[in-house]
Amino acid sequence: MEQVASIPATAAERILQRRLRRGHLADRLFAYTTMLFAGVVLFLVLAISVALLVGAWPAIRQFGFGFLTSAEWNPVTDNYGAVVPLVGTLVTSAIAMIIAVPVSFGIAVFITELAPRWLRRPIGTAVELLAAIPSIIYGMWGLFVFAPLFAEYLQPWVIEHIGRLPLIGALFSGPPLGIGVFTAGIILAVMVIPFVTAVMRDVFELVPAVLKESAYGLGATTWEVLRHVVLPYTKVGVAGGIMLGLGRALGETMAVTFVIGNAHQFNSSLFMPGNTISSTLANEFTEATGELYTAALIELGLVLFFITFLVLALAKLLLLRLTAREGERT
Amino acid sequence: MSLYVRRRIVNAVGLALSIFATAFGLFWLGWLLWTLVAQGLPWIDLSVFSQPTPPPGDVGGLSNAIIGSLLLTGSGIVIGAPIGVLAATYLSEFGRKTHLASVVRFVNDILLSAPSIVIGVFIYELIVLRTGHFSGWAGGMALALIVIPIVVRTTEDMLCLVPVSLREAAAALGAPRWRVIFAVVYRASRAGILTGMLLAVARISGETAPLLFTALNNQFWSLDMGGALANLPVVIFQFAMSPYEDWQHLAWAGALLITAGILALNIIARVLGRARK
Repeated sequence: MEQVASIPATAAERILQRRLRRGHLADRLFAYTTMLFAGVVLFLVLAISVALLVGAWPAIRQFGFGFLTSAEWNPVTDNYGAVVPLVGTLVTSAIAMIIAVPVSFGIAVFITELAPRWLRRPIGTAVELLAAIPSIIYGMWGLFVFAPLFAEYLQPWVIEHIGRLPLIGALFSGPPLGIGVFTAGIILAVMVIPFVTAVMRDVFELVPAVLKESAYGLGATTWEVLRHVVLPYTKVGVAGGIMLGLGRALGETMAVTFVIGNAHQFNSSLFMPGNTISSTLANEFTEATGELYTAALIELGLVLFFITFLVLALAKLLLLRLTAREGERT
Repeated sequence: MSLYVRRRIVNAVGLALSIFATAFGLFWLGWLLWTLVAQGLPWIDLSVFSQPTPPPGDVGGLSNAIIGSLLLTGSGIVIGAPIGVLAATYLSEFGRKTHLASVVRFVNDILLSAPSIVIGVFIYELIVLRTGHFSGWAGGMALALIVIPIVVRTTEDMLCLVPVSLREAAAALGAPRWRVIFAVVYRASRAGILTGMLLAVARISGETAPLLFTALNNQFWSLDMGGALANLPVVIFQFAMSPYEDWQHLAWAGALLITAGILALNIIARVLGRARK
């Protein structure tokens, strides 16, 4: 009797065990699969770095560190240096940030502190849509709509008045071409504003209401609360957001290619054509003949990749510090 | 009293400037959209959708570029999204606090901020040079590399939003881990994951830089992913920069189409994301 009862029990047990084992196996398989794909992400970034390094090797071997200090760019004599596009990249991004940071700050303030509740979301969405528009559209619009108007109305005035000042005058002299380094900076600013604004808005919302309320309670004005409470509390996060925006500006390609004029030359005036690393790549990469020419272009790409990596790492570090402090306080 | 007045004035000026900044930001959006509609709408007709890109001076449309863009974007998302979702599953379900996970997160952010033109150069080195010709697959791979970090980011965020108690409830019923993830975690975060993918599609459908060295362009109607493939962004770039007026008109028409599509995707993604909450 006992035996009869025990036989179905072990059968059931066996089925259960088999199922459990199968579940375990599937679990392990699934876990390893996902791990593998997480590894793919890791591998991709390594592969990009290695591939760029390999592609750039002929140029690295030929020019060494001189590549980073030479302003030469001559496909005929096969002599290349990164200074002109590198400086172009840094200058356009700097112009973009000088314009974008205060504007983004203003928009973030408006969204978090001033706007009535019903207006916050539509304005936030509208600014985010600005980020969704592809860069090629910015480029076309910059070249065909903005640049002509800029050349006709704004530039002559600036050249006339600011161009005559000592020191900074040289930056704003020359013919009103419309296109050029400065125009590229303006277009980049418009493209970067949504990214910086989004981060600023998010970190402003992290400020505990109690802090702001106590400042208001002491009689502070809205502006004073911003200056002395919100900004000090969020300054690390704000800096992180600026870095993220800067990363975008540095790598932006199409919009800049349209409006910068693509000239391999140094010019003291921001109104003259120039180029950036990304616009040089976009213009010359498919037409590059010869191993050294291609390698030099790839080395430019490597330099750009490295710069954006540095900027991103800095941004992450700053934002991490903000969240760490946030954890401490609550 | 004068201190009081000065503080009030500073306050008013500061706040006025912030309102001005907002108006400034919205002004660009309005101006851009207005330009697109004004310049693009007159040239949109049936032939834009039914005829391939013309030689200069001839009538034609953008049909080959539209279909090419659909193919490229489609292959980009089909290759990139599963990789992204699985990697995010590791980050959120298995690896959460391991060193590997934090390294992958950091590296993913590098990929997210990598200039898209650098990705184009990478795929050129990896595929175009090896195979010896430009191809749709190379373009799709380049776009997939842009999709992956976006999907990893959004999917991980969405998976982390699923309450632990839901997972525990399923585990308590005896479901193995993979079952819990497929039947509970994915299902609960489906809308969010989809939103991330839509945003990724919106992002890559306007990407030009990585396609310049990979898919390049093709004057003719082609569905062959193995050869150079026409696509809207590169066609817009070439036609806009050309001296021919009818090419420029087509470029504006294409620009309007692509922007309308991307904005629509963004709005759908937003509505979807909000419905979840």
